[in-house]
Amino acid sequence: MNNDNNSVILKVDNLHACIQGKEILKGINLTVKRGEIHAIMGLNGSGKSTFAKILAGHPDYQVTQGNIQYEKQDLLELSSEERAQAGIFLAFQYPIEIPGVANSQFLRLAYNTVQTQRGKEELDPLEFDDFVREKMKLLEMKPDFLDRSVNEGFSGGEKKRNEILQMALLEPRLGILDETDSGLDIDALKIVARGVNHLSNQDNAMILITHYQRLLDHIVPDYVHVMEAGRIIKTGGKELALELETHGYDWVHNDLQHTAGASS
Amino acid sequence: MSAVLQNLVNQPYKHGFVTDIESEIAPKGLNEETIRLISAKKNEPEWLLEFRLKAYRQWLAMTEPHWQNVKYPKIDFQEISYYAAPKPKKKLASMDEVDPELLRTFEKLGVPMHERAALAGVAVDVIFDSVSVTTTYKEKLAEVGIIFCSISEAVQHHPELVKQYLGTVVPVGDNFFAALNSAVFTDGSFCYIPKGVKCPMDLSTYFRINTQESGQFERTLIIAEEGASVSYLEGCTAPQFDTNQLHAAVVELVALDDADIKYSTVQNWYAGDENGVGGIYNFVTKRGLAKGVNSRISWTQVETGSAITWKYPSCILRGDNSVGEFYSVAVTNHHQQADTGTKMIHIGKNTRSTIISKGISAGKSNSSYRGLVRITPTAENARNFSQCDSMLVGDQCGAHTFPYIQVKNNSAKVEHEASTSKIGEDQLFYFAQRGIDSEEAVSMIVNGFCKEVFQQLPMEFAVEATKLLSFKLENSVG
Repeated sequence: MNNDNNSVILKVDNLHACIQGKEILKGINLTVKRGEIHAIMGLNGSGKSTFAKILAGHPDYQVTQGNIQYEKQDLLELSSEERAQAGIFLAFQYPIEIPGVANSQFLRLAYNTVQTQRGKEELDPLEFDDFVREKMKLLEMKPDFLDRSVNEGFSGGEKKRNEILQMALLEPRLGILDETDSGLDIDALKIVARGVNHLSNQDNAMILITHYQRLLDHIVPDYVHVMEAGRIIKTGGKELALELETHGYDWVHNDLQHTAGASS
Repeated sequence: MSAVLQNLVNQPYKHGFVTDIESEIAPKGLNEETIRLISAKKNEPEWLLEFRLKAYRQWLAMTEPHWQNVKYPKIDFQEISYYAAPKPKKKLASMDEVDPELLRTFEKLGVPMHERAALAGVAVDVIFDSVSVTTTYKEKLAEVGIIFCSISEAVQHHPELVKQYLGTVVPVGDNFFAALNSAVFTDGSFCYIPKGVKCPMDLSTYFRINTQESGQFERTLIIAEEGASVSYLEGCTAPQFDTNQLHAAVVELVALDDADIKYSTVQNWYAGDENGVGGIYNFVTKRGLAKGVNSRISWTQVETGSAITWKYPSCILRGDNSVGEFYSVAVTNHHQQADTGTKMIHIGKNTRSTIISKGISAGKSNSSYRGLVRITPTAENARNFSQCDSMLVGDQCGAHTFPYIQVKNNSAKVEHEASTSKIGEDQLFYFAQRGIDSEEAVSMIVNGFCKEVFQQLPMEFAVEATKLLSFKLENSVG
């Protein structure tokens, strides 16, 4: 792992954010470097998904304090589409259905938009078709999937695979997977995990948001963070996830109280 | 269509620049004298004057309908001048004088530079390639015996055809606005496809010889003889401005045995400004008579303009095995109102009809689908399928569906499907997260929504319609 500053992709500093006046994030600090995989775990309502959406620039949330540096830019200055073009990718917890728009058409527009931003060549429909079919093999997807409307009538597993396929097409710098494992059976989980591992390399970074250890059996994180009430309350290595699995989230509390008591 | 022909489709105001002819304007108001004046000026035969007067007398006894789901101030029919020689557009000295908003529109629609000047009314002597193209075009049509001219010309040169068919599909007293049109129409198109002839190209209004403006009471008559077929295009995507607020056209189609008429419209009349001020009232009666056995009438419309659109292109399926189709996209934004749909009247045996209607409302606009499917007692084994989908963009607009179904024959099979959807913030965020901005996202969603209708349009028209829709909905979200 690199330790020099050039390797930092994302630096979140004391991030506070709210939705409709309600504060959800209460001071998040997180640094992510190239080549790293971070897992963020925590109970429902701890702010994990909010954090993911804020990184992606969801318009419903307001950042009230703190800042986010992404690849030496002020991320909060960028619109959500600019962030995507700059390499931030969010795999949605609940991928959105877009009736009437063929998946192939949607994927190609997304791909070409991002390619153009990166100063690369666009692909015409035929070239793109070859390209996307190659990527689909990785995720064991059926070809008819390209002709169907985006996510419409897809099973939970198909929707999640579609997210990972999009990630494979857009080759993000920072991939954020928001509970991609939820609603997947074990076979689908393995396929998705294989896709993510395939995409993960020394130049990019991943943030996995999850409730459960089981995803981390297949994608091994470098760091595990535990989130509660809008803060990261504990950070550790991959073994932290196993301890959580064994002892539950209350264990972190007790452990923290213990540490806090000792240090004061 | 070649690129050249496509360019021609983009030149709606070509005829608007032909000046002169006559400069007389009839005094405002409508009475028998005005009608006699119109008829005399146009050198019409006696029977046509009688046609007009009959319509006028019926109109006098009629009241303006108010059942439609649109609102507008009362029209004073005595304040309208019913006969005026075509007015030349006010000419501007240079492009600098053109309304920047208009230029922006041309930019967005990709109207070629030389056409922009013409459309905007700048006094440039542009020589269009179209002159020679038009000539070739007309020669080609004449070779196969197709008559395609203005209705005034047809009255002079083919009076027997006009007399035989005019008012047979839309009778003079059909409705308030049709009666008014029948009394005072000044011009329009006439098209006759002889027996067994398949028209070798799409016919577009821009190829008419006559350079007069059709004015606010346009009259169109299309006849396809036995085994003939034709595809007719009306309108264009470039925005059309007019000083006349009320437009009440009548279109009649007649298809004989085994004949096929496909009528496509892209309507982009001035819709008024963002606050709903100004804009055209487009109150049109369009009806096709599938008179012969195995005949087919197909309407495709993309309605994007006008402050108020009020029309129901309809099919009377009289011939056995005849087919009626209606494919419609109606887009409203800002304060626009649209009440549009169709009527499918099944009379013959084994008649079939299809209705696909897509309404898109944005801003503070309102869009209604209103349709009638009537299966008369004689229509054995009639079939209808209707699908009416509405899409809302934002939360201040409205979409309404008024389907009327009257079945008087037990063997009929009538299906109706309807849906309403909304372009949501979540969808736009999903697109944004994939690098796609909201304008492109809306355009993609809307075009996906309208796909079944656009597929019915001639290809170049479909491409333009797609662009036009995106343009119309610009800034309607976010």
